Amino acid sequence: MMRPGSEAELAEILAGAHAPLAVRGGGTRGVALAGDVVETGGLSGVKLYEPGALTLVVGAGTPLVEVEALLAEKGQRLAFEPMDHRVLLGGEGEPTIGGVVAANVSGPRRVQVGACRDHLLGVRFVDGSGEVISNGGRVMKNVTGYDLVKLMAGSWGTLGVLSEVSLKVLAQPQAEATLVRRGVGAAEAVADLCRAMGTPYDVSGAAWLEEGAELRLRIEGLAGSVAYRAQALGAALCGGLEVVEGAESAALWREVRDVAPFAATAGAVWRISVKPTEAPGLLEALAPHKAGAMLDWSGGLVWLLATGGAQAIRAEVDKLGGHATLVRGADDATVPMFHPRPAPIARLEEGLRKRFDPKGILNPGLMEGA
Amino acid sequence: MPQPDPQVLARKPAVVAALREVLPASAVIDDPAETRAYECDALTAYRCPPLCAVLPASTEELAAVLKICHRMGVPVVPRGAGTSLAGGALPTADSVILGVARMTEVLETDYANRFIRVQTGRTNLSVSGAVGEEGFFYAPDPSSQLACAIAGNIAMNSGGAHCLKYGVTTNNLLGVTMVTMEGEVLELGGAHLDAAGLDLMGLVCGSEGQLGVVTEATLRILAKPEGARPVLIGYDSLEVAGQCVSDIIEAGVLPVAIEFMDRPCIRATDAFSGAGYPDCEALLIVEVEGSEAEIAEQLEIITGIARRHDPVELRESGSAEESARIWLGRKSAFGAMGQINDYICLDGTIPVSSLPEVLRRMGDLSRDFGLDVANVFHAGDGNMHPLILFNANQEGQLALAEGLGAEILKLCVEVGGCLTGEHGVGVEKRDLMEHQYRPADLEAQMRIKDVFDPAWLLNPAKVFPLSVSAARREGGLAPHVA
Repeated sequence: MMRPGSEAELAEILAGAHAPLAVRGGGTRGVALAGDVVETGGLSGVKLYEPGALTLVVGAGTPLVEVEALLAEKGQRLAFEPMDHRVLLGGEGEPTIGGVVAANVSGPRRVQVGACRDHLLGVRFVDGSGEVISNGGRVMKNVTGYDLVKLMAGSWGTLGVLSEVSLKVLAQPQAEATLVRRGVGAAEAVADLCRAMGTPYDVSGAAWLEEGAELRLRIEGLAGSVAYRAQALGAALCGGLEVVEGAESAALWREVRDVAPFAATAGAVWRISVKPTEAPGLLEALAPHKAGAMLDWSGGLVWLLATGGAQAIRAEVDKLGGHATLVRGADDATVPMFHPRPAPIARLEEGLRKRFDPKGILNPGLMEGA
Repeated sequence: MPQPDPQVLARKPAVVAALREVLPASAVIDDPAETRAYECDALTAYRCPPLCAVLPASTEELAAVLKICHRMGVPVVPRGAGTSLAGGALPTADSVILGVARMTEVLETDYANRFIRVQTGRTNLSVSGAVGEEGFFYAPDPSSQLACAIAGNIAMNSGGAHCLKYGVTTNNLLGVTMVTMEGEVLELGGAHLDAAGLDLMGLVCGSEGQLGVVTEATLRILAKPEGARPVLIGYDSLEVAGQCVSDIIEAGVLPVAIEFMDRPCIRATDAFSGAGYPDCEALLIVEVEGSEAEIAEQLEIITGIARRHDPVELRESGSAEESARIWLGRKSAFGAMGQINDYICLDGTIPVSSLPEVLRRMGDLSRDFGLDVANVFHAGDGNMHPLILFNANQEGQLALAEGLGAEILKLCVEVGGCLTGEHGVGVEKRDLMEHQYRPADLEAQMRIKDVFDPAWLLNPAKVFPLSVSAARREGGLAPHVA
């Protein structure tokens, strides 16, 4: 295993490498790859933190827990609510901020504030030739040149190894509340969740758990405002919702964020992105393979616990125009993790990989697929 | 701009004839009297009539145009509404202007899933207009929103006054239908969230029409807030006003807008609009949204912070009329400036913490160059719009003003910011790119274009300094990868 202590050392390693490398942050995201491991843990530390500008610049190998603790000291946080995959995948290791960015990991609040990629202001990375590349910066509005920042978010180390990331952070809210309704089916729940997202009440979480048939809606902000919106939203959904506040509410959303209902279960776990109102129909169509389900993003994110049926799952999702990522594989290692793309798009992706990783050494094979 | 390719100029009749085969006669404009209408965008200092202009009415027609131009080796300059302040739609004599002005349809509205799908020739404001009755709006709101097209918004990743809370175009774009230079139609993204593989849509947004031509867009729409109210705060020190902005943000309230004006701008706009602004060093307009009670709760925190910094004026709006009066001067700032002077509007972004330093040093530069600079900008996100005032009728003044502009933008980069926050690079800031990016950084960006447009025919003379992109533009010398 290689563990560069600086960006220059990382560049030297990649410039000299000729065999496949497995790029790793904390190793918690369930990607097992062949090749020598390059681990980013040595590229850690805070480069700049300006709470008044909502800006944080850190080494990519910085543990997420350190980033979150630093922000919490100033009453701030990463608003996109990155999932901790260890709950679902049972791995050891310590998630890094670079890993979060490389996998574009976003949680329930994505439906309100956007994904990790929407909070990423700048990156520094080393490409497969060992060239150090910088893009974006530390300011919120920046249209200077192409947006490689978005490209790097969710590229899973296949275009380069992140050395530094710059993020927009936001204030922690003064208060939060969750509206809960139990005993509602998926179709009814999604209708309510979508209705809630269409109100002016700034809903920051909209989920449904099959277990208990439970609908959850979250509201955050100043205390008076949360009380007002919780009441108004409850009324808009015809009342009868239980209100859970504070730490208890936060616990409900950690459960959704980390897909806790599927922890310690057997079977494959799929993360399926579709148009929200398609979710109930999709669950019905996939009933023969379904062992469990949870909906987030008002239905736009389907977490599916499945036994077999990989091809059927991807075929159903294709019909709807979304995509299905295999987050936790079952026994069949031949199923690719990422949803196959149409040929012209796969060709463009391949073209980008060839130019950023001409030796084909960065997590080869991981994101291929047409 | 680079010299036009004489071979392309000589082939004009053949190019026009080929285009007429796939488009109705009225959609191909080659009469020199008519192509003049396309000789520039809103950066009017630079002009050049194109070879011809085409206005397809559908994705299929547009793809047919690109196939022809690709086959015949003709450069293509995509054009939305032509409101670019950076020369993004400036043609060369050997290029075809490819306009989306006839593609303005709403294709689908879906309130449950909160999106609208439109053809990209549609104007920004009319997207909000199409969903307004149902209580929704499209958040990015560039000041040209009455005229500017979604196509241009996507090409430049446009922002607006309210992006502190709602983000810019890329944060509100869900999917695009894009035609490549080869004429291939691609669907990137859609009504679902995130990409199946690499985020190509994220790459296309803000690529200034150099990677493909976007013909249809799926956009996020949001429920309108219940209400909004501004507060006006005046200070006699730029530093203190900057600190107040920083403190408001750090306090955890997220206003939808924090606008900043300096004394030259306050005086000019007040004289022009009669807004009744105080005569002070710096004026802030902070706007919050929500129900009446929520607005009051947020304004209490904001005015509390403002008072700690000892303002010379603090005016809370108590009615719609008072709100309009607070915004009146700000909204007429550019008009006011235009009436008393010619001006260049810059667009650099800086870290909010550098605001006082940048304003002070900009004042020094202004004195050195002997040209006045007025500032009105989005302070919450550090996106500055210094207006350099000059007299266009006086020889040498435009060049002098451009020189001052370049120095100010370099200053933005030096303090950790960037050359352009929402207008784009275009031709205007093209030759300053090397101040922000090292050669390897620019090379990485050009590699992207190599993949999407290997022959470098799409809007080729923009974004990258001409010397840096020369080898690629002159004959598709992009290093080929097997």
